[in-house]
Amino acid sequence: MLTSFPILSTLIWLPIIGGLLVLFAGRNNDTVAKWLSLGTALATFILSIPLWTGFDTTTASMQFVEQVPWIPTFGVQYYLGVDGLSMPLVLLTTFTQVLVVASAWEVIKDRVEQYMGAFLIMGGIMVGVFAALDSILFYVFWETLLIPMYIVIGKWGGPRRVYATIKFFLYTFFGSVFMLVAFLYMFYQSGSFSILDFQTMPLGMIAQILIFLAFLIAFAVKIPMFPVHTWLPDAHVEAPTAGSVVLAAIMLKMGGYGFVRFSLPITPDASMSLDWLVILLSLIAIVYIGVVALVQSDMKKLVAYSSISHMGFVTLGMFVLYDILEKTGSIQGAQLGMEGAMVQMISHGFISGAMFLAIGVLYDRMHTREISAYSGVVNKMPWFVMFAVLFAMANVGLPGTSGFVGEFMVIMSSFKANIWFGTLAALTLIIGAAYTLWMVKRVFFGPVTNENVEGLQDLNKREFAIMATLAVAVVALGIYPNPLMEVMHTSVENLLVQATTSKL
Amino acid sequence: MLHTILTIILVAPLIGSMIAGLFGRQVGRAGAHYATIAGVAISTVLSFYVFWLYVFNGAAEYNASLYTWMVSDGIRFEIGFMIDKLSATMMLVVTFVSLMVHIYTIGYMDHDDDYDHHNPYYQRFFSYISLFTFSMLSLVMANNFLQLFFGWEAVGLVSYLLIGFYMKRESAIQANLKAFLVNRVGDFGFILGIAMVFVYFNTMDYNEFFAQLTSQRDVMIEIMPGVEWSMMTLMLILLFVGAMGKSAQMPLHVWLPESMEGPTPISALIHAATMVTAGIFMVARLSPAYELSEVALTVVLITGALTAFLMGMLGLIQNDIKRVVAYSTLSQLGYMTAALGASAYAAGMFHVLTHAFFKALLFLAAGSVIIAMHHIQDIRQMGGLKKYMPITYWTMLIGSLALIGFPGFSGFFSKDSILLALGESERFGATFAYVLLIMGVFVTAFYNFRMFFLVFHGEESEYVKTHKIKESPAVVTVPLILLSIPAVLMGLPMIEPMLTGQYFGDAIQVLEQNDTMMAVYNNYYHGVLDMILHSFMTLPVLLALSGVFLAWLMYIKQPNIPAKIKSMCPRGYYVLDNAYGFDRLNEIVFVNGTRRLGEFFTRVIDIKMIDTGMVTNTFMAVAHSAQALRQAQTGYLYHYAFVMIFGLLAMLVWVLW
Repeated sequence: MLTSFPILSTLIWLPIIGGLLVLFAGRNNDTVAKWLSLGTALATFILSIPLWTGFDTTTASMQFVEQVPWIPTFGVQYYLGVDGLSMPLVLLTTFTQVLVVASAWEVIKDRVEQYMGAFLIMGGIMVGVFAALDSILFYVFWETLLIPMYIVIGKWGGPRRVYATIKFFLYTFFGSVFMLVAFLYMFYQSGSFSILDFQTMPLGMIAQILIFLAFLIAFAVKIPMFPVHTWLPDAHVEAPTAGSVVLAAIMLKMGGYGFVRFSLPITPDASMSLDWLVILLSLIAIVYIGVVALVQSDMKKLVAYSSISHMGFVTLGMFVLYDILEKTGSIQGAQLGMEGAMVQMISHGFISGAMFLAIGVLYDRMHTREISAYSGVVNKMPWFVMFAVLFAMANVGLPGTSGFVGEFMVIMSSFKANIWFGTLAALTLIIGAAYTLWMVKRVFFGPVTNENVEGLQDLNKREFAIMATLAVAVVALGIYPNPLMEVMHTSVENLLVQATTSKL
Repeated sequence: MLHTILTIILVAPLIGSMIAGLFGRQVGRAGAHYATIAGVAISTVLSFYVFWLYVFNGAAEYNASLYTWMVSDGIRFEIGFMIDKLSATMMLVVTFVSLMVHIYTIGYMDHDDDYDHHNPYYQRFFSYISLFTFSMLSLVMANNFLQLFFGWEAVGLVSYLLIGFYMKRESAIQANLKAFLVNRVGDFGFILGIAMVFVYFNTMDYNEFFAQLTSQRDVMIEIMPGVEWSMMTLMLILLFVGAMGKSAQMPLHVWLPESMEGPTPISALIHAATMVTAGIFMVARLSPAYELSEVALTVVLITGALTAFLMGMLGLIQNDIKRVVAYSTLSQLGYMTAALGASAYAAGMFHVLTHAFFKALLFLAAGSVIIAMHHIQDIRQMGGLKKYMPITYWTMLIGSLALIGFPGFSGFFSKDSILLALGESERFGATFAYVLLIMGVFVTAFYNFRMFFLVFHGEESEYVKTHKIKESPAVVTVPLILLSIPAVLMGLPMIEPMLTGQYFGDAIQVLEQNDTMMAVYNNYYHGVLDMILHSFMTLPVLLALSGVFLAWLMYIKQPNIPAKIKSMCPRGYYVLDNAYGFDRLNEIVFVNGTRRLGEFFTRVIDIKMIDTGMVTNTFMAVAHSAQALRQAQTGYLYHYAFVMIFGLLAMLVWVLW
């Protein structure tokens, strides 16, 4: 059966090896580099589908497990597996990977093989992050990922790329060091690096608080949360299109994933006593960052801030459970928030990816991202604008698109926790619409006011295919989110039990 | 069987919309309008059948799920149907008016020289209005709050797309942004209301919600420490905020006048007949809940009455033919809302129905005038059009008489039942509302006939004299004639069952002590004929007639009076001309205020405090100390990284051992 086939290892190593192959075979031959990359990405995606079809929704335990010793002296294992929380994220990664390769097709002309190779390797590493069940393995993937991203922004980035890469690297590196310390502490306490062992080991309150804070710093930087968010807009602005897509669609999700894999199950008591901090930062993200997004003049910056704001829903949805428990005495209603957070991550992967790809389409033609450089794009690119408006509406959280599902669930759940949480979160209905549609108005609508816009060509077939794929994903998830929910239910229920069971 | 029929009614317009929208170039202009008209026609015919089944044969309420959107936390979020007399009636109105508008659009868009012909704008337009029909149907057919919100937002989206249909025109894309954002302010309240339904009723389903109303009616919630409010009242007011956005009640009305930037057919369909009545429909749908909160109903009542009167006043000074009709829509929506607030839900819905027909008629007739005038909309440039456009003239007269409540016309019955019900109501503020609405009757008659006389009577303007004005083609005039029929007749058979509550049956529930409609029936009603004859001696009709007379006097007989009045009270004119300053207030406080705040946040907090203060300073500090370690410096970031990791490891080992 498929279970004996090391599917997760394949998803990690196939793109990495493929990427290395592209580096060598594709040198001086862009066509080979491109097709080999696309083939690898497609093969990875197709091979990841059995994760979905062969997934057992009745159990919360890890599936597709692979476990072999790696560094026996320290008990470090090569230990992989997925549950309902990580499996959708793995699929999101492999799916995005295909689009990323396709998006660079004729846009990147300089060292194509290195560019493609870097993204393929990144794809494998990202699957590794979501599939690793050994904390050291996780940490290795987590940190290694920075290197290809660093190279991509530093090599193919914009004019201020040096500043952006250093900021990006130092921020994320600074954050994850604390996480490593936490892992080492727990290893000394439990004698194991297995994340599942961490989840079951008893921990004192002070240790929990310190570990929780260490995790918080690591994940808050990644998501990113206020006030450690300023690296993201800079990184996005300087990154090439595909870099932004990977950054927004997948890398940010690692922070959210960290909370459900580490913080909540490993330090439930600390999570309960410090939930207010996460909730506060989430609400700041939703409201404050939304207002900041409104006044951005660079499209990528605007969408970057919008990403931060939307990720606020993820963290809010994950941490309202304790207030619900305290207020009503049961966790009825918390599942909605937790699942909403997970759906929001997947949905945001589609939407932010689509938004950055759309900006990339314009940037490739005009070489500017300034909103004021555009006007009336619809007159020249009607198909493109049709997709762009759809994605914008998804960003606004319109029902029928995936953007609505998570926001709706989190608003419901947080309202149950506290009327004011729900009220502040719901402000996104107004703020999100304001910054997104104001940009839509200025860029896409209105008369054509300059020659550059006058000369724009509508989407080519490749771009059309990318946009259409994402459009289908966004609408399908919006109209029928239940299949995704069913995958998550058991794992989320298990997580809620873990998060509310004291470890003291 | 019924399930299949309902599914077809819902989906047929969607299919038409997709054909016209996605394959517009392939099917061409004719293909697009045939496909969409076929879709909507199927829905209309089947809606007639459903209407017949429910309203004439009293079929039992049908409640079924179409599919499960999702299940989470043990709550089923469904897409489904709840069909009773209320939704069956709305379905018929939506599909019928939509069909008329579809047909009319062939003529209107054909004459729309405003747009460049390279773009398949014609197909796009048909795609949008069919998509709208689908969205509106899913709203009225919903059996749960989630789907209600789906439809609610979807009609908002189509409205956004259609107001901004002329995408090159700055005023159009400004108007649609404004419309969307103002509606979102309403939706903000609406979604919080739905959140309260979720929290306190644990369901999205209407019937499950209704079943728990009595057990939850006295729940109090703590808003702030020490401040307790009635859960029911707060929830209903929040839901009503949603209705205020969609149904353009003050102060969320500001988007509707500007929505006139859209093409006239959609002003008729969306911004007069159907979408803007969604809020009224929602409150009527939730009547069992609203009945339980006097406070919420008072808020509804006062809001409606103020909107009815104050927005009517603004109609007095408009010179754009569409804006006159738009302000009259605002004002009429106020009447409907006020009726809801007086527990006369049936009267409010009755007015929704009659208004849908006569207002669609007025808009489409105005559109016909606009076609003839080659897209000039200023009524001061018209005059004497009667002899050129007889069909438009007579149909518009019918629409106008229905609007002002001329005895016997449909609007008369619905408006009179609202006024009578308000007179019967003992709710706080009912007398105040009653006075406002009665004054509104006079205002309505005056502004509408001012427009009517200026357009069709009086002296011909220069433009009319110098250009060839001709009646619109049959695709335009036939819908006008078809809409005139219900505009005249539909009130007659409906008034009695409306008053007794038989018409909507269990779909609308009123507590006995609140049943103002029944009181009207018992105290005043002695048959249709008596109602018509008797009305000539009642205040509303006398006021309406004097409004018409005064309009004639001031704009036909003595055209110099208006200027005199204007110069006599410049302050009053100033206030009306600025629409009470709502727009300016919004501009200064909300638009510029938020923008300033955003700039402040970016400049001061993000850049100065976080980036420069926290990050760069830390960075510089690190850089300075690195100077000392020059020897070890290789310049490679990952070297630093590994040194850091090993340093930390060493520290940890040292601490732990």
